[in-house]
Amino acid sequence: MTKTEQNEKSFDIPKSIDNQWCPGCGNFSILHIIKKSLKDVDWSPQDTVFVSGIGQAAKFPQYSGANYFNGLHGRALPVATGIKASNPNLNVIITSGDGDIYGEGGDHFIHTIRRNPNITLIVHNNMIYGLTKGQASPTSEIGLTTPVQPDGVYTEPINPIAMAISLGAPFVARTSAGNPRHAQDIITQAFEFEGLSVIDIFQPCPVFNKVNTYQWFNEHTYVLDEAYNPSDKVNAFEKSLETDKFPLGIIYKNENRATFENAIGIYSENKEPLYKRKIDFSIINNLLNERK
Amino acid sequence: MNINKLDDFTIVIAGQAGQGVESVSVVMAHILKKQGYNVYASKDVMSRVRGGMDSVSLRVSTDRKDAFVDRIDLFIPLHSGGYKHLEHRISEDTVIMGVENPTDTKREVKKINFIQVAQDIGNRIFANIVAAGAICGFLGINKELPINKLKEFFTKKGDEIVNKNIEAFKKGYLSGAHVAFNLDIEFSLVNKSDMEDYVFMIGAEAIGFGALAGGCNMMSSYPMSPATGVLTFLAQNAKKCGILVDQATDELGAINSTIGAWYAGARGMVTTSGGGFCLMTEAVSLSGMTETPVVIHVAQRPGPATGLPTRTAQEDLNLVLYAGHGEFMRAIFSPGLPEDAYNITAHSFDIADTFQIPVFILTDQHFVDALYCAPIGEFSEKSFENNIEVTEKDYKRYQLTDSGISPRGIPGNGKGLVMADSDEHDEQGRITEDMEFLRPAMMEKRFFKRKKLLEEVALLPEVTGEDDYEILVISWGTNKAVVNEAIERCSKDSISHAYFPQLFPFNKKVKDILKKAQRLVIVENNAVGQFANLITQEIGISFSERILSCNGKPFSVEDLEEEFNNL
Repeated sequence: MTKTEQNEKSFDIPKSIDNQWCPGCGNFSILHIIKKSLKDVDWSPQDTVFVSGIGQAAKFPQYSGANYFNGLHGRALPVATGIKASNPNLNVIITSGDGDIYGEGGDHFIHTIRRNPNITLIVHNNMIYGLTKGQASPTSEIGLTTPVQPDGVYTEPINPIAMAISLGAPFVARTSAGNPRHAQDIITQAFEFEGLSVIDIFQPCPVFNKVNTYQWFNEHTYVLDEAYNPSDKVNAFEKSLETDKFPLGIIYKNENRATFENAIGIYSENKEPLYKRKIDFSIINNLLNERK
Repeated sequence: MNINKLDDFTIVIAGQAGQGVESVSVVMAHILKKQGYNVYASKDVMSRVRGGMDSVSLRVSTDRKDAFVDRIDLFIPLHSGGYKHLEHRISEDTVIMGVENPTDTKREVKKINFIQVAQDIGNRIFANIVAAGAICGFLGINKELPINKLKEFFTKKGDEIVNKNIEAFKKGYLSGAHVAFNLDIEFSLVNKSDMEDYVFMIGAEAIGFGALAGGCNMMSSYPMSPATGVLTFLAQNAKKCGILVDQATDELGAINSTIGAWYAGARGMVTTSGGGFCLMTEAVSLSGMTETPVVIHVAQRPGPATGLPTRTAQEDLNLVLYAGHGEFMRAIFSPGLPEDAYNITAHSFDIADTFQIPVFILTDQHFVDALYCAPIGEFSEKSFENNIEVTEKDYKRYQLTDSGISPRGIPGNGKGLVMADSDEHDEQGRITEDMEFLRPAMMEKRFFKRKKLLEEVALLPEVTGEDDYEILVISWGTNKAVVNEAIERCSKDSISHAYFPQLFPFNKKVKDILKKAQRLVIVENNAVGQFANLITQEIGISFSERILSCNGKPFSVEDLEEEFNNL
């Protein structure tokens, strides 16, 4: 590869752009990891779209040199589905946080899994709301104290891995910003996967979550060994229920699910994205004439 | 009988939900149109699947009549409950043909027990075909055409079903012909050969055809009465026409995925009603901020909350006018007849695409469910234009231009990157908090410059009646036809009608049209006169009379004729 070609595929942004993340934020590590995975799969920025909602993690697209749609809180998934279904040639990646995807966007999380568009969903999970300054998130552990939960969180945290597996997501993985090599490997595999890949990636929020730090995540996770078989759904579901020490790796994988773009049928003969298609007016005129 | 020599005849069929009132009306409407008559049918149905009491009014005429009338010339009760349901519309002149009225045995009824006749043939399900036969017999329509229609309709169900239906039709026909003979009725309905050029469709389908003409290739929507007809129409034709149709899981998903589709170069539309649209409002604001086009069809029904799901209203103009937080431009259209819906829906896609804004098509239950014979011609190749540009390396999605419109690029189509942001942004699309230059520049672009552009292309009201008017009646959407007919029939002089196909923003020329009148009168199906208030607010002209109704029913020609006579 020549140097110019390399530059054309760079996802770096000009240094002049101000980054709004806090020093020590796990998002920096995730940004670095995702760029490495993009290099692994050799995607071009012009054919790649980042989609996000609102939150600190949802600012991710601002700091990547690709197309992006930074939409509303919770609504990244339907936007991404609409983009992918209108132009399946695009590589669509969602980078948003636990509050955005599992909380405000929880209904879309459920039903996008049912649709199975060929997109990658990367949920930055720091178990806290960062942008609104430190309230509980859907993944906050019971007992965590915050300004709004002074006596500690009493709601049961969501188990996104168990939820995704039970809904039939074909690629369900968990990794950690504290383990960049592992994360890069998982994210690269997700990019290559045909179908919806759900990745929950642990990250610390050094400003607002003093409990779930890099050290805490290291102590409370372990990497699945190579003998682990992710194609057994019942076994995978059992694995997803381990919460004393969270397993890291591809927890569940099913290569046999049809993607949304294939299921809707409009690309079975004509592969062109919608914007390139011309309407056949004779078909419509026939429809009109049938009503005479 | 007074109905002699009528060239405009209204038949009302009433029965319980599940008795086939709607299907007999559809069959009848097809037969009558084939016969060369104009047909208009409107539904009055309850929000239930079985039982209750539903009716369909079928207006048959020589000239085009597309408005609801109270008058019933021929009443067909399939069930005795129909009498109570329609007592305010049945007059001394109404011919009643069907089951008896248990509470008023003195009133003359040409007794035909449709269910009994059907049961004699073998099954009560044939009752509605017996009724169709009776109507054809009454009107003296040649049997051959309807019988062929029945064959065509039931052929998939096998010979036995076809034959039973024909038998049911013939039995009904004899009874109906007998009634007409005894009453010595003579019709002067003239059949016109140009009815062959008219296409048959409900309002919802006219929106659907207009969408196709406007290049719509994507729809994601959540079912909600009375807006679902558009979703059904596009889903039925999705494969044939290459349209992506998805039943969304909720309205938030529907509109957000449609906005995603436009961002990627598709031309998408959502269809919904008031409650569903409420859930979409945040995304309307998203469309405004990201300058991503979207077309939104809102079929109104009476609210608040669940309201009256199967009835009609014009209560949501303020909702679509003000939906979404923040300030940005939009355009709102209101078709009155199918040909308007067809042209306006196609036009909406071009306006959305050209000006990169949310565009609304505001209809109502009466319009979307009513069946019309519409003069809609064939599609031409030049129906729409796509304003998508191939991007250069330094492409800026929100480039500041003189007009306020930035060239619209889409991802994967050129060397540039397309960055859309719901935060306030710079020309490229990255977050900014520059309130000295960028914020005012972006507001200028999104709001003020676009307002000017949209006013220039805004559709003018269609004025009918005398040029030299003293009274000008204003209507929008569904009331176009009923106001036109009531004005023709009323005894007032120098009264004219201005139907507004576009409700916002206003063309500058509108003021001159309104100023010519000494008195402005609004006709609207809501409590306050929302459109009248908007005209006063935007143009500074007040209304002297407001004819308003919010009871869930459409205005009838008789209602408005009386109102206009009293002006």
